[in-house]
Amino acid sequence: MFNNFFHKLASPKHFYRIAGNLIPWLAGACLLLVLAGLYYGLLVAPADYQQGDSYRIMFIHVPAAWMSLFIYVVMAVAGAIGLIWRMKLAEVMLISSAPIGASFTFLALVTGSIWGKPMWGTWWVWDARLTSELILLFLYLGVIALHSAIDDRRIAARAVAILALVGVINVPIIHYSVEWWNTLHQGPTVTKFDKPSIHLSMLIPLLLMAVAFKLYYAFVVLMRARCEVLERERNAGWVRELAEEK
Amino acid sequence: MNLTEFLHMGGYGFYVWTSYGISLLVLLVNIIVPARQKTKLLADIARKARRARSTS
Amino acid sequence: MSTDSLSRAFTVLIRRDLLLAARRRAEMANPLLFFILVTSLFPLGIGANPNLLQAVAPGIIWVAALLAAMLSLDSVFRSDFEDGTLEQYLMSSHPVSVLVLAKVIAHWLVTGLPLLVISPLLGILLGLPETGIKTLFITLLLGTPVLSLIGSVGVALTVGLRKGGMILSLLVLPLYIPLLIFASSAVDSAAAGLPVTAHLSLIAALLVLALSLSPFATAAALRVSLS
Repeated sequence: MFNNFFHKLASPKHFYRIAGNLIPWLAGACLLLVLAGLYYGLLVAPADYQQGDSYRIMFIHVPAAWMSLFIYVVMAVAGAIGLIWRMKLAEVMLISSAPIGASFTFLALVTGSIWGKPMWGTWWVWDARLTSELILLFLYLGVIALHSAIDDRRIAARAVAILALVGVINVPIIHYSVEWWNTLHQGPTVTKFDKPSIHLSMLIPLLLMAVAFKLYYAFVVLMRARCEVLERERNAGWVRELAEEK
Repeated sequence: MNLTEFLHMGGYGFYVWTSYGISLLVLLVNIIVPARQKTKLLADIARKARRARSTS
Repeated sequence: MSTDSLSRAFTVLIRRDLLLAARRRAEMANPLLFFILVTSLFPLGIGANPNLLQAVAPGIIWVAALLAAMLSLDSVFRSDFEDGTLEQYLMSSHPVSVLVLAKVIAHWLVTGLPLLVISPLLGILLGLPETGIKTLFITLLLGTPVLSLIGSVGVALTVGLRKGGMILSLLVLPLYIPLLIFASSAVDSAAAGLPVTAHLSLIAALLVLALSLSPFATAAALRVSLS
């Protein structure tokens, strides 16, 4: 029975339909969790002793940073599956995830920068986390750029899979080298994102937002994946029927 | 806390709300773009199919 | 397919690439001149204050080396791609990763080695102390092969593209960053008289990692690009 399910899932036509059914549920759940997270994060959680109310940016910044790494790993895994088993769906998931991952990385950078301004007086500091996120953004943009530069969709998917795999090996190396670099050049100041000693009242909205972001990724990647599937299968009969019944 | 306090965010209102605002914008864009892309794609495919049929 | 014929193919490939490069000796000079030129631009741009120059010398020289290496990468597979030899490599019975390694070694001998040789001069230009220059040399010795190895993956991914060069930098420069960090801080520490064994071991580790993994990635990328 499971075999049948995976077989169906791997077929673009069935994936399109199943994804279409899942999207509203995932989106609904995401919305609920976002509202709950914002309620607890903006209204219930108390102001921080050191940072006042500005720490509330953390409820976006930290989950966004987590997602930026998570999505890159998902891309690499999808790339490996696509290369090894030649699974079209894996290729689709890879390229659909890239813009979303890049967006989260961008958000982590922007919110991190804005959070830093009242604390450190400048819009940017080369601290370990922001620098790592910046490099990660370049890695994402590389994947997107390479994919759009190659005309043949199938070749593009496989090239990008290799790039994602090479990138994912480098991510921990880059992360640790940047952290090390940062300790070299860091003055005696406290690290920028020393999180306030996390109370439960702050932890709960953080986790709510983290899960909400994962659900967000799930339904948005399915939306993009459906578009990619339509694009790839545009000459198939079922696609034409689908288009004409609208 | 009342509304003015909420918006003021202990003096950090600008920073907090700009962050949340930009995030909302980016997240909405990531929803709207694929949604519109799908409608455009389907319309495009339908148009080409109709044209192919009318010429055959 | 015996290992004997494989090792012969390996050496033949290196010798061939060196011979081809020797015929176009003027091209060999380009990355080298770029390296020297870019390094020389900095005193012009930031002023000739010796203390300032000495402080930023390790970073400048290494960034210039990165850029010079990157500009030279295109030549790894370009001519073979254009005359169809690259497809021959893929169709031969030899493991492509070994052939790739041969090409990368030849490429390093032609482009990386000159950078290495000229580096003490650049160190002097920017006022690096002798300890710094010695460490600079060692970091380049260990590091320029890494640049060629990692770079070859990027070139293999973009070899079929028209504007491959522009994307190549976006793909490859982020991957160069750890090496840049370790190498420039090694030279920094050496110039300050501090020990550098930790830094050099890290760079050596990067070299070993690149040596063992990148030929396979490059081979896979070539297969994809030429499919």
